[in-house]
Amino acid sequence: MSLKIIVLAKQVPDTRNVGKDAMKADGTVNRAALPAIFNPEDLNALELALQIKEENPGATIELLTMGPPRAADIIREGLFRGADGGYLLTDRAFAGADTLATSYALSCAIKKIGDYDIIISGRQAIDGDTAQVGPQVAEKLGIPQITYAEEIVELKDKSITIKRRIEKGVEIVKSELPVLLTANATAKECRPRNAKLLQKFKHARTVSEQVDLDEDYTNLYSNRPGLNLNEWSTKDVDANLEECGLSGSPTKVKKIENIVFQAKENKKLGASDAEIEDLIVELITNHTIG
Amino acid sequence: MANFYIDTPELRYHLNHPLMKRIVELKERDYTDKDKYDYAPVDFEDAMDSYDKVLEIVGEICGDIIGPNAEEVDHEGPSVIDGRVKYACGTAENLDATRKAGLMGMAMPRRYGGLNFPVVPYIMAADIVSRADAGFENLWGLQDCAETLYEFGSEEQRQKFLPRVCNGETMSMDLTEPDAGSDLQSVMLKATYSEADGCWLLNGVKRFITNGDSDIHLVLARSEEGTKDGRGLSMFVYDKNSGGVTVRRIENKMGIKGSPTCELVYKNAKAELCGDRKLGLIKYVMALMNGARLGICAQGVGLSQAAYNEALAYAKDRAQFGKAIINFPAVQEILSIMKAKLDASRALLYETARYVDVYKALEDVQRERKLTPEERTEMKKYSKLADAFTPIGKAMASEYANQNAYDSIQIHGGSGFMKDYTCERLYRDARITSIYEGTTQLQVIAAIRHVTTGTYLAQMKAYHEQPVKPELEYLKDKLARLTDCYENAINFVTEKKDTEYIDFHARRLVEMASTIIMSYLLLNDANNDDELFKKSFIVYLNYTESEVNKHYSFISGFNAEEAGYYKYVSSENEGLKTED
Repeated sequence: MSLKIIVLAKQVPDTRNVGKDAMKADGTVNRAALPAIFNPEDLNALELALQIKEENPGATIELLTMGPPRAADIIREGLFRGADGGYLLTDRAFAGADTLATSYALSCAIKKIGDYDIIISGRQAIDGDTAQVGPQVAEKLGIPQITYAEEIVELKDKSITIKRRIEKGVEIVKSELPVLLTANATAKECRPRNAKLLQKFKHARTVSEQVDLDEDYTNLYSNRPGLNLNEWSTKDVDANLEECGLSGSPTKVKKIENIVFQAKENKKLGASDAEIEDLIVELITNHTIG
Repeated sequence: MANFYIDTPELRYHLNHPLMKRIVELKERDYTDKDKYDYAPVDFEDAMDSYDKVLEIVGEICGDIIGPNAEEVDHEGPSVIDGRVKYACGTAENLDATRKAGLMGMAMPRRYGGLNFPVVPYIMAADIVSRADAGFENLWGLQDCAETLYEFGSEEQRQKFLPRVCNGETMSMDLTEPDAGSDLQSVMLKATYSEADGCWLLNGVKRFITNGDSDIHLVLARSEEGTKDGRGLSMFVYDKNSGGVTVRRIENKMGIKGSPTCELVYKNAKAELCGDRKLGLIKYVMALMNGARLGICAQGVGLSQAAYNEALAYAKDRAQFGKAIINFPAVQEILSIMKAKLDASRALLYETARYVDVYKALEDVQRERKLTPEERTEMKKYSKLADAFTPIGKAMASEYANQNAYDSIQIHGGSGFMKDYTCERLYRDARITSIYEGTTQLQVIAAIRHVTTGTYLAQMKAYHEQPVKPELEYLKDKLARLTDCYENAINFVTEKKDTEYIDFHARRLVEMASTIIMSYLLLNDANNDDELFKKSFIVYLNYTESEVNKHYSFISGFNAEEAGYYKYVSSENEGLKTED
C-alpha cells in the first residue's frame, strides 16, 4: 500500500529546563535563553509515522513545520530519523499566529502537498499547551481526527484502527483514510537519529540557508538534489494574507502574569497510621488527590 | 537527557588529534567514495564532523537508553529457552536502539553497508558504551569480528555476511573450550569435510562463548585429524540460519551479567572455511584477538570513567562531620588518582587506536595496489607500535578499571557495599576485564619482548623530542630521569642472560614502561590543553615516579639467588587432568 504520511512538527523552546532568565521583563518568552528543540510529542508523531512506513513498504513521510528560518532544523532532525522530505513554512506574514491562523497556514500547505493519507501531529506543543492545532487542521481539511493516539492497532484497506489514551483508560477507534492523528506522550518514544542518514542529510539546507554556506560545499546542492529543503512562503501555499499571522489571529493576549511558587503551609506528620489516614482524608476532601 | 559523549570533553579532545588527518586520508582514499555514496564525506573536515555527530548519537543513546537500562539488565540477565538465548528486556531495547541508529558495522567499508569509520571513532563509541553498560559493550563490540571476516574471508563471504552485520545481526567468536582457555592450541572441536553436503561439519563443545547464540559465528576448530597443536586448527564461519548449534547453558557470572556467556553444542553444524586451512589460530585468531584486546582496553576506560563519575558525584553529595566529604584530603587524593588513572589509560587507548588505524588502513590500501616504499616503511612502523601498545593498553586499562571500581566503593563507604549504588555493579563488571581476551599476565608476556628489544624505550625517546611549554620543562626532565631508571632496570635484568630471570621481573618492567609512556602522553595532552589535563598529568607523573622507583628498587636490590623462593614445583603430570 503506498501511503503518503505528513507529520506536523514544531520547533519549541525547551520549557522543561527553564532557568531564571526564561521570561523577559515584559512577560514574553526569552527564546534566546531556551534551546530550540523538536516538540516532544511531535517526535512521538514521527515515530508512529516511521512504524507505518516500516510495515508498509513504499509509504513516504513528509514533515511540515512552520516557523522562523532556523526551524529547518526540525526537517533535518526528521530526515535523520527516516523521513523522506519536508517543507518549511516561513514568511514574516506567518508570524504572531495563534492556533487558528497556524492551522489555517498548515492546512493551506497540506492542500498544496496533496494526496495525503495520514496526517500525524503531536497532541500539543510544550510552549503553548493548547492541543488545538491538530484538531483544527483536521476540521479545515474536512477529514476525521483521532486525538491522543498511542498505538496503531491495524492499518489496512484504507482504514486505520488506533488505540487512544483517554482519562482512566484506553479506547480503540477505527477511521477511514485520510485521517489526522494527534500522538500522545504515552506513544512509543521516537527512535534515535541514524548514523548513515545523519551523514547523508547533515548538509541539507533551505535556499535561504544555502546563501550563508561555506563555498566548499555549494556544489553539493547540484550533485545531491535531495539536500535542497523546500521553503514555502504565503504565496507558495496560496494563503489568504488576512487569515495568516497576527491579522488572522483573534486571540489577543491581555495580560501576562509572572507567578512565583511559594511554600505556604508546613505540616509535620508523625509515623502513626492514624495521622497518615487523617492526612489522606483531608487531601481527598479538598480535592488535592483522588 | 544526558549525553555521554558531550559531557566528557576529553573524548572530543582525543578525537581531534593531528594524526587523524593522515588516518582519514588513508581510510577515505582521498575522499573518492563521495561520488558513489551520498553519505560519504567530501573532505577531511566533513569526515571529522561526521564522526563527531555520530558520536553524539552514541552519547545520546548511552545517556538515555543503555545507561538507564543497565541496572535492570544486571538483575534480570539473559535466559536459555529451548536451546536459544533470550536477552534481558533492556538488552533487547539497547540492541534495537543501536540498530536503528545504524551503529553496527561502523568500521566496515561502505560497499558492504558500513560507515567506513576509522578505529579511533569506533573505539570511542566502545568507550562510551562501556561507561553506560560494560556488559552491553560485549554484544555491541562483537562487530569487531566483521573485521576478521573482511580481512581473511573470500569476497563471496564478505558479500554474504558483512551487509548482514551492518544491518544489525550480531556476531560471536567461538574459541574457548572446557580444556582450552588461555591455551587455544588445545582446541578439540572437530571439523570434517563432508563431500555429500559440500561443506564442513562441526562437532563438539565450546564454552565461555560471549553472545554464543549470535547470528554469525567465527569458530576455531580442528580440521586436521590427528594433530594436537595450533597448526591443525582452522577458522570457520557458521550461520545460525543453517542450524546445528544449540545453547546448553549460560553461565551465572559475577559481573557483565547482561552479556550471555554460553556453552554451545555443535552437532553436524554446517560451516564454511574462512581463509586457509591450518592458519586458524596462528594467523586469524591472533588478528581477531588483537582487535578484541583494544576493545577491552576501551571497556576498561569506559568503566573507569563510570567509576570515577559515581565516586565524584557521591563525594559532592555526601556530608559527614558537617561538610561534603569531597572536602576531606583523604577523599580528594583518591579522586585525583582515579581521574589520573582514567586519563592516563584513555590517552594510551587512543594512541594505540591511532597506531592500529594507520597500519590497518595501509594494509587495506595494499589490497588494492602496491604500496610505495615510504608507505611500506610507515606501515611497518605503526604495525610494530600497535603490536607493542595493544598489550600494555589492555593490561593497564583493565587493571585501572578494577582499581577505580574498588576506590569508587571506598568513596561510597558502607553504602557502596549495598546493592543500591551503581559502584557495586561496576566493581563486579570490571573484574573480568583483566582476565578475558588474555589475562594481564599474558599481556605481560606479549609486551616483554618490546621491553627487551627496545620498542618502548625508543618511543619514550621519540616522545621526549616533542617540544613543550617552558613551564612543563622541569616535568619533562623528570620523565627523562625515570626513563633512565627504566633503562637501567632493563640492563640489570637482561645482563644475567637468563630468560627465566626476565620472566620473573617481566611484570615490573612492563609496568615501568607503561606508566612512563602514559606520563609522556599526558605531558603532551597537558601541553595542548592545560585546563583539561594538567591536574591529571601532575598527579599521574607523581604516581609514575613512585611506581618506577618502587620497581627499580626491587629489581636493582634483588638477590637473584632468592628467585627460587618464589617458585612452586609440580611433578610433570600433576595438575593435568586425565580423561578417559
